[in-house]
Amino acid sequence: MSDQIDAILREFDTGKTTRQQRAGCILPVLQNIQRALGYIPRESLPRVAAFLGVPESHVYGVATFYAQFRFSPPGKNTVTVCCGTACHVRGSGRLLRDLEQRLGIRPGETTPDLDFSLDTIACFGSCALAPVVVVNGKVQGRMNRSRLLKRIEAVASPGGGGDAEADGQEVRP
Amino acid sequence: MTFADRQKRAQDNWKQLKRGPQPVIWIGIATCGLAAGAADVLAAVESELAETGAEAKIIPVGCIGPCYLEPLMDIEKPGRPRVSYGPMTPENARMLVHSYLLGDDPRPDLALGTLGEGDIPGIPRFFDLPMLKPQVRIVTRNVGLINPEDIDHYLAVGGYGGLERALTLRPEQVIDEVTASGLRGRGGAGFPTGQKWTLARRAAGSPKYLICNADEGDPGAFMDRSVLEGDPHAVLEGMLIAAYAIGATQGYIYVRSEYPLAIKRLAIALKQMRDYGLLGEYILGSGFDFDIRINEGAGAFVCGEETALIASIEGKRGMPNPRPPFPATSGLWGKPTNINNVETLANVPFILRHGPGRFASYGTEQSKGTKTFSLTGKVKHSGLIEVPMGMTLGEVIFSIGGGIVGDRKFKAVQTGGPSGGCLPARLANLPVDYEALAEAGSIMGSGGLVVLDENTCTVEMARYFLAFTQQESCGKCPPCRLGTKHMLAVLEDICGGRGRLEDIALLEELGKAVKAASLCGLGQTAPNPVLSTLRYFQEEYEEHTARRFCPGGVCQALVRYSIDPEQCTGCGACSKGCPVECITGEPKAAHVIDEAACTACGTCFQVCRFEAVQRLPAAEGVSGAGV
Repeated sequence: MSDQIDAILREFDTGKTTRQQRAGCILPVLQNIQRALGYIPRESLPRVAAFLGVPESHVYGVATFYAQFRFSPPGKNTVTVCCGTACHVRGSGRLLRDLEQRLGIRPGETTPDLDFSLDTIACFGSCALAPVVVVNGKVQGRMNRSRLLKRIEAVASPGGGGDAEADGQEVRP
Repeated sequence: MTFADRQKRAQDNWKQLKRGPQPVIWIGIATCGLAAGAADVLAAVESELAETGAEAKIIPVGCIGPCYLEPLMDIEKPGRPRVSYGPMTPENARMLVHSYLLGDDPRPDLALGTLGEGDIPGIPRFFDLPMLKPQVRIVTRNVGLINPEDIDHYLAVGGYGGLERALTLRPEQVIDEVTASGLRGRGGAGFPTGQKWTLARRAAGSPKYLICNADEGDPGAFMDRSVLEGDPHAVLEGMLIAAYAIGATQGYIYVRSEYPLAIKRLAIALKQMRDYGLLGEYILGSGFDFDIRINEGAGAFVCGEETALIASIEGKRGMPNPRPPFPATSGLWGKPTNINNVETLANVPFILRHGPGRFASYGTEQSKGTKTFSLTGKVKHSGLIEVPMGMTLGEVIFSIGGGIVGDRKFKAVQTGGPSGGCLPARLANLPVDYEALAEAGSIMGSGGLVVLDENTCTVEMARYFLAFTQQESCGKCPPCRLGTKHMLAVLEDICGGRGRLEDIALLEELGKAVKAASLCGLGQTAPNPVLSTLRYFQEEYEEHTARRFCPGGVCQALVRYSIDPEQCTGCGACSKGCPVECITGEPKAAHVIDEAACTACGTCFQVCRFEAVQRLPAAEGVSGAGV
């Protein structure tokens, strides 16, 4: 893991950056770490701090300020419920409760068997297709309870990850 | 190759595409289209073309607007207008390949409308459809019509013509044109753009920075996403013109990370610009140097605020700073910085190309041009729209939006997201205009329009927005940090059936204090949803506290349901829909709700077609599942 982090940091080492510019790289650095590992390991913070030339407390402060970053590994399947206004008006709160009940976890948590993580997001910007739920990176619009639970069973089934209903969009470019 | 050669080549290729022998299939591939299943439609078309050996060019485009008809697909055959179809399924996409692409039947029964020159009998013109006819497309002029990943498409429709003209003028003349157009900031506050540029132009210090604010954080708003995904070069050309006018050498686009497709298309666009000499040194052979970088946000609403956004780019926690100094004099790294929103910048090339007069011919005395809105909620035709300023909210909701889903009663419209207000149905004649909306206790905001029907609870909407702003408050200033928390606690009490009548006055007092004392725009506007609902829907707050009743049926602790045996036909729709199976009854006999097991979700109330299910105030001591 530390090799991976060092490799990510090296990408930002262009040699001619000023101290100020380097410190400004903190968000892209953290984003790349999370993209590669799925989360920000605590033990990566001192390395990032040393590389950027800032105190470790600063890295921790920034990483905890932004909602995007997580400090524990995500589950094998990630389910994200959009809580934007349009989704809220069209019943995303109820979908979230259904998921909490089905998975036995609250938003921000991962099931003990590491099979599922549940998250919420402020708005995906697909409001006209509300309510929107993102399952394993695929945005799915016009969601309802039965379609959602069916989808959960499909990815949770033994062998896992069986993407029966592969409509929607890859979130990561 | 000179830029003029590239323009010529782009135009020739475009003509060849439009008039050449090969049919073209245009598919809306924006986030909204993909969420509706556009990827499956695309795959079906590709496999059908491969199987039948039919020749056609497939071009991905952005969202043309009517998201409720997504996924959208257009077929354009040589010498004929483009025919738009939707909502598409993989099955009818395959079928259309056979009937229209290979055959000669455009299937008017499935078609939405035609685009471009010429007519096809039985199919209306797309832009004559009720949702589109009242619209004026300046910001979205190319969205859905060109391939956003191909700079040549943008050049072919006159793109970068505004920049070329700007470079023949002195920077001050460019600012004069923008000032004359009356363009105001589209991020919500409505500060005159020309004036903002003048401040940055005159500010001492170098280098100067230009930032495009694409941190579209309002939940329920997606105008900027649609423009970035559908026509990124329009925004980038606006940035070049703005940078030339104020003398900036480095630009940043701060995009929220929740918009990966927009980020991807911006990155492609920037690369193409570099290849075409539109970025870097001596842009288009002039003495103008400018470069643009993409900065990805990380999920913090407060970073939409100018000074917080700057802190975020500098690699700090995104917390705002007191103004003055304004960013124009001391912004990014302490240097003069100009920040404009996506939509503001997308207007700029149009103004430079067609002159300020044409832009100012739309709109009202104080608010010129157009405004894009994301029309969502309980409205029939949801989607991205662009209307001339001054159009009334009623026209937007009923003429363009087609009215309320299920023809239920229009109750209110929320404008401006968590910073805005909830306006009641009786203000439907209010024009879309910065001053008019502010006077009514809301704001223009960035452009979210969430339509609410009678089954919505305005108190709960206020609670929803406060929960959001409280969560997103950065914690720097106490009025916002503590005030929003306290307001949320009071609202949760009211929605949870623990409210007292005197809480209403307390909420108003708190709201006014937070508004007056907060450091930045987030706190200063956070009470708006509460204050506006108190202003227009006070009786609903009173129902919640004094009568323990939620008329919209949303606050589950404040309602119970019962079936009127006189009205019940025993159709069984309610018992089939009940998620906790607490409704029983023989077929064709009156049904009964077991109130002890009922969670007051209201499903039975909504499915009953005989008005037999009654929504009643929660009985004393008995409450539903809570909020």
